[in-house]
Amino acid sequence: MDEIIKEFLTESQEGLDQLDNKFVVLEQNPEDRETLASIFRTVHTIKGTCGFLGFSHLEKLTHAGENLLSLLRDGRLRFTQDMASALLNMLDAVRIMLSAVEQTETDGDQDYLDLIEVLNRLKEGGPAPPPVSKPAPPPEPVVQLDKRSLPDPDEPPAPADELLPPGSVFLLQPPPASEPLPTEPDEPPIPASELLPPGSVFLLQPPPAAHEPSPPTRKPEPATALVESAAKPAPERPSAPPVAGGASVTDTSIRVDVPLLDKLMNLVGELVLARNQIVEYTLIQENPQLVAASQRLNLITSELQEGIMRTRMQPISNIWAKIPRVVRDLALSCGKQIRVEMEGKETELDKSLIEAMKDPLTHLIRNAVDHGIEMPAVRQAIGKPEEGCLLMRAYHEGGQVHIEIADNGAGLNPLKLRTKALEKGLITPERASTMSDQDFRRLIFLAGFSTAEKVTNISGRGVGMDVVKTNIEKIGGVIDLESELGRGTTFKIRIPLTLAIVPALIVTSGGERFAIPQVNLLELIRVNEEQRDAAVEYVHSHPVYRLRGKLLPIVYLNQELHLTATARVLNIVVLQAGQHQFGLVVDQINDTQEIVVKPLDKVLQDIPVFAGATIMGDGRVALILDVLGIAQRAHIISDSHDHGGSTQLQEGQNLKTEIQTLLLVRSPGNGRLAIPLGPVSRLEEFEPDQVESAGEVDVVQYRGHILPLVRLRDVLGDRRPTSRPAPTENGAFTTPLLQAIVFGDGVRRVGLVVDEILDIVQDVFETKGRSTRPGIAGTLVIQGRVTEMFDVQSFLQRVAPLLALAEET
Amino acid sequence: MADHRQFCTFFLDDRFFGVEVEKVQEVIRYQVFTPVPLASPVIRGLINLRGQIVTAIDLRRLLLIGDRTDDYRPINIVVHTRQGTFSLLVDRIGDVLDVDHASFEHPPDTLEGIARELIQGTYKLQGRLLLTMNIDKLFNPALLNRSREATKKTES
Repeated sequence: MDEIIKEFLTESQEGLDQLDNKFVVLEQNPEDRETLASIFRTVHTIKGTCGFLGFSHLEKLTHAGENLLSLLRDGRLRFTQDMASALLNMLDAVRIMLSAVEQTETDGDQDYLDLIEVLNRLKEGGPAPPPVSKPAPPPEPVVQLDKRSLPDPDEPPAPADELLPPGSVFLLQPPPASEPLPTEPDEPPIPASELLPPGSVFLLQPPPAAHEPSPPTRKPEPATALVESAAKPAPERPSAPPVAGGASVTDTSIRVDVPLLDKLMNLVGELVLARNQIVEYTLIQENPQLVAASQRLNLITSELQEGIMRTRMQPISNIWAKIPRVVRDLALSCGKQIRVEMEGKETELDKSLIEAMKDPLTHLIRNAVDHGIEMPAVRQAIGKPEEGCLLMRAYHEGGQVHIEIADNGAGLNPLKLRTKALEKGLITPERASTMSDQDFRRLIFLAGFSTAEKVTNISGRGVGMDVVKTNIEKIGGVIDLESELGRGTTFKIRIPLTLAIVPALIVTSGGERFAIPQVNLLELIRVNEEQRDAAVEYVHSHPVYRLRGKLLPIVYLNQELHLTATARVLNIVVLQAGQHQFGLVVDQINDTQEIVVKPLDKVLQDIPVFAGATIMGDGRVALILDVLGIAQRAHIISDSHDHGGSTQLQEGQNLKTEIQTLLLVRSPGNGRLAIPLGPVSRLEEFEPDQVESAGEVDVVQYRGHILPLVRLRDVLGDRRPTSRPAPTENGAFTTPLLQAIVFGDGVRRVGLVVDEILDIVQDVFETKGRSTRPGIAGTLVIQGRVTEMFDVQSFLQRVAPLLALAEET
Repeated sequence: MADHRQFCTFFLDDRFFGVEVEKVQEVIRYQVFTPVPLASPVIRGLINLRGQIVTAIDLRRLLLIGDRTDDYRPINIVVHTRQGTFSLLVDRIGDVLDVDHASFEHPPDTLEGIARELIQGTYKLQGRLLLTMNIDKLFNPALLNRSREATKKTES
């Protein structure tokens, strides 16, 4: 049986089992939105999947149910018992169809039109099925129903037969209490949908367990047998023989809680550590038996580790399976022809990584379809086949999973990227002149970058690739691209097999061991003591090393971590941090080892240079270096974000990773305030007696125009008591000169008067806290001091009338 | 509140402290710890507690009592707090004491700074005072940072 169908069955059975309970909960508390929503989701999932797999009967039925549920969920209908009945009815029908699917891979011939109609009617809020009496079935109804509405096998099929799982019919009919029971056999048969309050039906009967053989409705013989068995007074379930030998799907696979797997994984991690310790210890012993035992332990542990890891492994086809469809839809909507090819879809990786890769992959695919591959006419004109091709490859190499997404479309045009980046102020012209074509191509990973001529509903808003990159880096992966103009683009992603156990290089610095994840490792360089001084050169006091003719920035781990250096030789570990390479100088390079990553305690998590900790063979703890964090700390990364002419600096959302240039000023009340330098045009000083007033506004004459002045303490309010005397009216400031920060350009300027300008700092700043008062975008820590971030946007809005004043003059 | 409470007692220098016995997981002898560069000086390092990595906090540094001599090997008191499991480095371990709550008193107003937040109160015992600590407050990052600054100040 198809893997997808198997999974669908297991999943649906599980969902259905939960639904029974949920309906019961719901009946006790009909207002429970959360339960309703979760029922809705389950039904929706089943519907979605069976639509995908082509089980149309099943889809139609669940669709009807879903419609009703969605109204209930939104609170537009009240949950009544009738609805419960109809919905439970539906569940049972779904079960029957599912078992049909399991046996025959089709969903049977039954279309359950009546049930669908009931559901639809309920949805309209229209007449519910006949009044329902409380389901307290005396034994008689069995007989009554027997007499009255069970069809003779020879007669044309009665509706009841269609509507309900035949085996259960006789059990289910409570007497409609308000009406006289129809006992005349010659009365016209009442449609089962009206006759039976369907809810009571299923509340009385335990749902057929998933593995129990259910009547295969498409075969006439068992159906007859069912009716016969129904005619028997004893309410036994018919035991139809299983159609095919072999265990059903639900028997051969079990679902295991992911937390349990996680726990096993942790334990295996511990075992690996214990193994490492024993192996290390054995090496210094001379006991052959111990050595033999430790070798065995070594082997078994490795196998166990692999086995446990495999339980969490899933083929990448799990996420790839949906892609052809996505591509097809997207291609149709943009009028392109695209073929999808896949290689290595059986490549396995850890479940959590699969989940994490879902969004980035979809994004890359969308991009490739939307931007990468050209319109058929264009392709034809340049002699390419009209049909574009999207190739997805996955393979294992070097303990990592490689994923490639290649299109044979237009490729990236470095010149176009350059222009765009300059236009958007993401790079400066000086910087652009030093960049290679590949550097330009990599610009697409910058935030806020989009080359699409127009924003489509698929992509082009420029919030894509940087998110893809961040997401991949979050799981310890790396993304790069290759592109040739006119030939296409290939995105190459490398991610670790699993997150819990990673291969790492162990180095020593300052007498402490550190682990460097191998995914970041490029090469190792060792420079002798004699050559050491000549090897490191300086570019304006920044050390560099010539690596095959290119300058590699050097970072001393000892310095970054404030450790004392001991080494005489120069050991350089060449690392890849995002798009940048740098050499990390360590005292000693030990060896490579599989390490178990353990998270650091919360109190240590704000130190960005460590990704976690691990336990070494000797039982001591070693810290795992976060290569990106070190690069940031050493300002390696800052090179890629050109901050000089950036006009993009806006407080709030971009604070997280962007390099910013901030002006530090003393805020009223001796606090510290940071002002993004981007929108600032100049810093000026004015003599207090230069200040004149225009109406209620203080102004100075400045470069032939009138510059309105606003005082910071008026903007922020002087909230805290200050030791300084508050300024009196009319500009009697305590400082002899007025320090003004001039915002804006041309004539539309405004000067912000501050008490004192402290410093200008340039770094990656992370907002630590929310804004506590108007005019402030948030708080952060700069130079070890809590500093408020000035909200320039809102300030400029506030002073807009003043700007207008300046313009008029 | 019960009349009697049990405290696991320990010494820092000659000062006598206690933490509620329910919070204490175990007391272990000196463990080699791995220092964490760039972290607050209060955090002496990480220890391997049977496969679990535990952060060790030096109470001397937190309470701004001068450092031990280099060869003095502190004892670990492993405690559970709302923030997780931590190890407290102390000089010597004392007995588990049963104290009468009637002898409890809040710390005097003259106590200030970090000690004020950490020390819950004192039990007046025969001949000495037992200072009890509120260890849930101990590991709040803000507090650790403040003590980092305080350490800097005393150093300079």
